[in-house]
Amino acid sequence: MPTEILAPEPASSHPPEPTLVRRAEHTVEIVSDSGEGAQKCGQIFGAVSAKMGNGIWTVEIIPAEIQPPPRMPDGASGYRIRIGSGPVTNWGDETNLVVAFNEQVLLARHRLGALAPDAIILLESKWASHPDEDVVRAWHAALEELATRRYRVVLVPMDEQCLTLVDNPRKGKNMFALGLLACIYDRDMGRIRDQIAYAFRKKSEEVYEQNVKLLQLGYDWAQQNIDFRFDVPATPAAQPMVVMNGNEAIGMGALAAGFELCAMYPITPATSASHYLGEMFDRFGGVLHQAEDEIAAAGVAIGASYAGPVALTITSGPGLALKTEFIGLAVMTETPLVLVDVQRGGPSTGLPTKVEQSDLLAVLYGQPGDAPKVVFAPATIEECFHAMITARRIAEAFRCVVVVLSDANLATGVQPFPRPVVDERWMQTSFDQDAVPPGTKPYNWDERTGLSRRIIPGQPNGAYTLTGLEHDNRSKVAYTSGVHQHSSTMRSRKLAVLQSLLLPPAIHGDDAGDLLVVGWGSTKGAIEEAVDRLRAAGHGVSSLHLTFLSPLQPGLREAFARFKHVCTVELNYSDEPDAPFITADNRRLGQLAWLLRAATLTDVDCWTRVPGEPLRPGAIVDAIEKKLVGHRPAPNVTTLSERGAA
Amino acid sequence: MTACSEMACPLFSAVGDDDRSFELSDYEGAAARWCPGCGDHSILTAVERLLVAEQLKPEQTVFVSGIGCSSRFPHYLKTYGFHGIHGRALPVATGVRLQRPDLTVFVVMGDGDCTSIGAGHWIHAMRYNMRMVALMLDNAIYGLTKNQTSPTTPQGHPSNTQPKGSYLPALNPVEVALGVTNASFVAQTAEWVPAHLFATLRAAYRHDGFAFVRILQRCPIYTPGIYQLAVQRPDVIELLVHDDGVTVPELERTYKNRVAHDPRDLDRARQLAAVGDRVRLGVFYRDETKVKYEDLRRVPTHAVQERIGLLNAELDKYAV
Repeated sequence: MPTEILAPEPASSHPPEPTLVRRAEHTVEIVSDSGEGAQKCGQIFGAVSAKMGNGIWTVEIIPAEIQPPPRMPDGASGYRIRIGSGPVTNWGDETNLVVAFNEQVLLARHRLGALAPDAIILLESKWASHPDEDVVRAWHAALEELATRRYRVVLVPMDEQCLTLVDNPRKGKNMFALGLLACIYDRDMGRIRDQIAYAFRKKSEEVYEQNVKLLQLGYDWAQQNIDFRFDVPATPAAQPMVVMNGNEAIGMGALAAGFELCAMYPITPATSASHYLGEMFDRFGGVLHQAEDEIAAAGVAIGASYAGPVALTITSGPGLALKTEFIGLAVMTETPLVLVDVQRGGPSTGLPTKVEQSDLLAVLYGQPGDAPKVVFAPATIEECFHAMITARRIAEAFRCVVVVLSDANLATGVQPFPRPVVDERWMQTSFDQDAVPPGTKPYNWDERTGLSRRIIPGQPNGAYTLTGLEHDNRSKVAYTSGVHQHSSTMRSRKLAVLQSLLLPPAIHGDDAGDLLVVGWGSTKGAIEEAVDRLRAAGHGVSSLHLTFLSPLQPGLREAFARFKHVCTVELNYSDEPDAPFITADNRRLGQLAWLLRAATLTDVDCWTRVPGEPLRPGAIVDAIEKKLVGHRPAPNVTTLSERGAA
Repeated sequence: MTACSEMACPLFSAVGDDDRSFELSDYEGAAARWCPGCGDHSILTAVERLLVAEQLKPEQTVFVSGIGCSSRFPHYLKTYGFHGIHGRALPVATGVRLQRPDLTVFVVMGDGDCTSIGAGHWIHAMRYNMRMVALMLDNAIYGLTKNQTSPTTPQGHPSNTQPKGSYLPALNPVEVALGVTNASFVAQTAEWVPAHLFATLRAAYRHDGFAFVRILQRCPIYTPGIYQLAVQRPDVIELLVHDDGVTVPELERTYKNRVAHDPRDLDRARQLAAVGDRVRLGVFYRDETKVKYEDLRRVPTHAVQERIGLLNAELDKYAV
């Protein structure tokens, strides 16, 4: 059945009795040209849904340019919200309902396969009767292309309606669209107004009033003209919840962890965490230092850590590359440092706004010389918050560099999580200004653990010169082989000590079976959803998600041994095993796969992609099924996805 | 630098006033291992003299350096030291000051550190105008790595990387410094005029802001001759004298060429900085009213309980 196009009847005094469809989850997106406010609309819709008790996961749809030309598929800008009755852990597969401000940005989503085959589309209608013939021609061509799927298109005179209230519908159409969604999903209008007030808190009261009127206009229009409603019942949370994105969680976590200094340089997609911290430090006390470059940002953080409580620097791939020499210095001098890397697509400038997990090996091995450091990756928004507290404690206790690997998916994804119960111990620092006994060595290593207590400037009797040259326990420059061997050992031993304190990772599903999927970072929700679907279909698949990448958590070799096959799923590049020239000898693998093969001597396979967007659970299901088929002797097996399509 | 840097900060009050007095031996670290005849020796001596004269508490003083011969400096003192990486002493020092306004910070860089690999930091550190003394020990050559051209190598001077002689006119660091917006103290002195060196260091230390001092210096191995004329003939040197700058009466008999220069006169400073026949020593520019980044940016941290209250209020805003 081709796309059904409905132009609603002119509003009558008898609105249609709408059909109410109840769903356990629904995915909504709103797309527009850049600058038309689709993101703000989506953010408010998502936040209000979360506050009403729905699980949500949001993803930004971002054009590569700041101001791309209008009505171009490449310029599609928007926001996607998956809402559910229970917790939502990832962005899902396809969109069920989309609001589009023009048919070209809609086409972009259609061509990407982002829309469900039976998606409902609320489309601005004005382009059909545009004075420019080219626009009209493009409109018809687009609708023809869309007609290859079974979409249901509802034409909405958005501009026409907005013009009854404002002169320039470009400003405020997003609030009209929000009104449509509020009606269709029966969102709490009071909460929406509160959220609008918060979103526009830096604007005038007039702006707020105007937006609320446009919201109501959209709501009323939908009430009169839309004949369906969706009900995604909320499950009341058993505990108080908060809702925010990953960068806000990192910023708030940094405050909870007691950080007082963050040095940074602007870089997408990390910067919004610093925006948040900058605003908060003005109130909490502390300083956000925007340095002259990425290198200086690392230097300022290290200088601050050397002279007091551990400081923070936040960056993304290219910035990580620039900070490399300073990271090596912090490792060599055992100066505590916390570095957050919000990963994006690389190498080089790469895909600045798009998610990827490609910095793992660069973080672990990017420094010349042996530079052991602690690396871990939060998998959820909640973990972004708590990661900062953990990072600080480890950096201080182990006198080491801690890298927190977040990514663009977590950075902008919004998800509710249990409200943290703030503990004052999180904020306490190990800052010490008491005199040390004369003769105290600045690297007074415990020979067994490599741990030592650092001396901080200001402590009488403690004066020493820290140096990035190899040094003995008195911090005296020493190049002799014995000293280098010993000092290297001390710096490395700390990781083993930390590893001895870590728990083996939990296994999602049975702890033995045909295939174990291993992931890290933001892909957790999608992987576990895929594993649940596969298990429901009878497959012996489980998953294991790593939080710590350095040191690796214990028990991996034993866990892997209980499965016939082990395969990582990652958002980074690997060669396809059946591609031209690719053999088992030359195949380049996903980054975690390399690491696990080296660490466990297990024949770890990988399935990785670099789509510039989060992984979809459905895509993981397909990939794992193919792996299972490949491993299985029986020739005729229908896959879950094939059965679904039949 | 003294008065204003002692910002009230309860965290840092562990060392109260004490009646210790410090002698030279309280500051002397490991025996310096620079070449005999290296200008670094006399700079170290002048700095130690300053530490004694100003009675700086060793534990409250931090020397931050980069990489190069001159950057071994902190190892030869008994204060706290940070011997970091090439060109990056200034960001580290910035971090130390942002974290610890109670500490006295000196930065020791070479010409490669400051004007080449770290040139970006140099410009911005001057603009930040944080309270610290930045010494650029300028021997116009890369010495530690054995004789490569630096930005301040005189044009025509041969090295291992430019054996036919340095191709380009030498960078004039004083001119550059005087071109930076919000720079507040720019001076030049020479290691072979110890009295002037000491007086300039003291003026820099007492300056309330970022004090940049270029110290002309000979490398006995690779650039022994670059200031030979000025060393042998005092008439090649011109002293900038002013009550707000540096005056060294004991030098007046030797150095007859003196020009009265008010360090607040930036235009005149720029004219004097231009390279001419004479080597000019003194304070080119000084203005304590320039805004200091650390005064603008550092918001003292509230007590833990207060921050917990603020954080809970912040979480309320995000509550479901």
